[in-house]
Amino acid sequence: MSDSVDADEVEHVADLARVALDDEERAEFADQFGDILDYFEALEEVPEVEAEPDLVNVMRSDEVEDSLSQEEALQNAEDSEDGRFKGPKVS
Amino acid sequence: MSLNAYITETEIEGSEDGPLADKTVAVKDNISTEGVRTTCGSKMLEEYVPPYDATVVERLKDAGATIPGKTNMDEFGMGTTTETSYFGATKNPVDEERVPGGSSGGSAAAVAAGDADLALGSDTGGSIRCPAAFCGVVGIKPTYGLVSRYGLVAYANSLEQIGPIAPTVEEAAALLDVVAGPDENDGTTREEGADTDFAGAAEGDVDGLTIGVPTELVEGAEDAVVETFEEAIDDLREQGATVEEVSLPSVEYAVAAYYVIAMSEASSNLARFDGVRYGNSGGYDGNWNESFAEARSDGFGDEVKRRVLLGTYALSAGYHDKYYKQAQEARAWVEQDFDEAFEDVDVLASPTMPILPPALGESLDDPLKMYLADANTTPVNLANLPAISVPAGEADGLPVGLQLVGPAFGEKTIVNAAAAVEN
Repeated sequence: MSDSVDADEVEHVADLARVALDDEERAEFADQFGDILDYFEALEEVPEVEAEPDLVNVMRSDEVEDSLSQEEALQNAEDSEDGRFKGPKVS
Repeated sequence: MSLNAYITETEIEGSEDGPLADKTVAVKDNISTEGVRTTCGSKMLEEYVPPYDATVVERLKDAGATIPGKTNMDEFGMGTTTETSYFGATKNPVDEERVPGGSSGGSAAAVAAGDADLALGSDTGGSIRCPAAFCGVVGIKPTYGLVSRYGLVAYANSLEQIGPIAPTVEEAAALLDVVAGPDENDGTTREEGADTDFAGAAEGDVDGLTIGVPTELVEGAEDAVVETFEEAIDDLREQGATVEEVSLPSVEYAVAAYYVIAMSEASSNLARFDGVRYGNSGGYDGNWNESFAEARSDGFGDEVKRRVLLGTYALSAGYHDKYYKQAQEARAWVEQDFDEAFEDVDVLASPTMPILPPALGESLDDPLKMYLADANTTPVNLANLPAISVPAGEADGLPVGLQLVGPAFGEKTIVNAAAAVEN
């Protein structure tokens, strides 16, 4: 299967990623994504490798510690109410 | 500032004494500084002021350093030239018509121009080594887990490390000594980083050292770069090193694997920027998904959108196995290739970048071409290894960097060998 991408597919991915695009961006990205995904397709040639897992879970006990104050946590929010984040109006 | 190396100039004073008491250390603008805005080179975070310091910033302050500013960078670290910054491109102090490399271009430019004694950058796929090479200074990408990422705004967590940029190998190693070490706030940090003395290793004694040169990482480079690289290798041979060719067949797939993994991680990491808790909201109302999509469209530049979308695509149903899973296989293969190479050689050497610094504006139209410039740096991040870029000389009047890669936690070996390149 060729990975050429059309504007509708770009729009679908943009919806999933919550990024609004205009027509010009959709067309440009469709064009560029075709080239980039073609290049990524070379990964199909990569053989299976028996890798030794060198990762281990790092655990700690769940203890109450000092953390940001409510005020600090809210200081970068554009809008807040009663000590809480305030999102966009729904209707 | 004519080079545009800083996004924010400031003066954060450290403690009165310590190993960096008389030094200024510029900090890349994706590393959190309490009370000083940290933009990641993005409009999204233009006014974001962190309520806490990154662990590395605390360590700089404890060591007595003064932080003169937050340096310019490709937006969220996504670029190889520092041209994707919302705050405009940084100029290369060696030739102001050219890019300084990226994404830590502001950090390298500030050091090369003498605006800061030292700097911190971050390296996800070459973002410390590339600008160090292009600006003619030294940069170290530490072994994954050597330096805490607490307070580093995440782009691709499994690949990135904070590291030093400095005029000399010894100064870079000394700065790494200050910031390295375990941190309870970053579960991926390792004990190997405790009480290091990398600066003491900068002896430049390569007598008896075996240097492997991976043919795949030399073949793709421009002739002028290869010529300067080979002169530096000849010089190391004259100093007593043994040089042999090695082959790393997996690295042919490294750029593709790196970009699939980095974009996939980015698409998840950058989901947090919805304009509610921080960042530009754009003031949109109505359906939340649409409001967030508009806010994100306003706040992100083209390269960030490109990577978030491609990452979302690579992880989406029907494509995950083809891209993401295969990229992870390639990553394991690259790790294995390096492991095998280090059974025979002490360090691996290549040109840091296959090209000389491009002219400003030259790279933006063709994203894939820009990605391919990362051919020699990305394999190191995939394999979690340490690497240093040290000036090898000049070609056409422009700096060429030599990259030395070591085994995991082999920082002393690469620091020692890099010091010999300076000799």
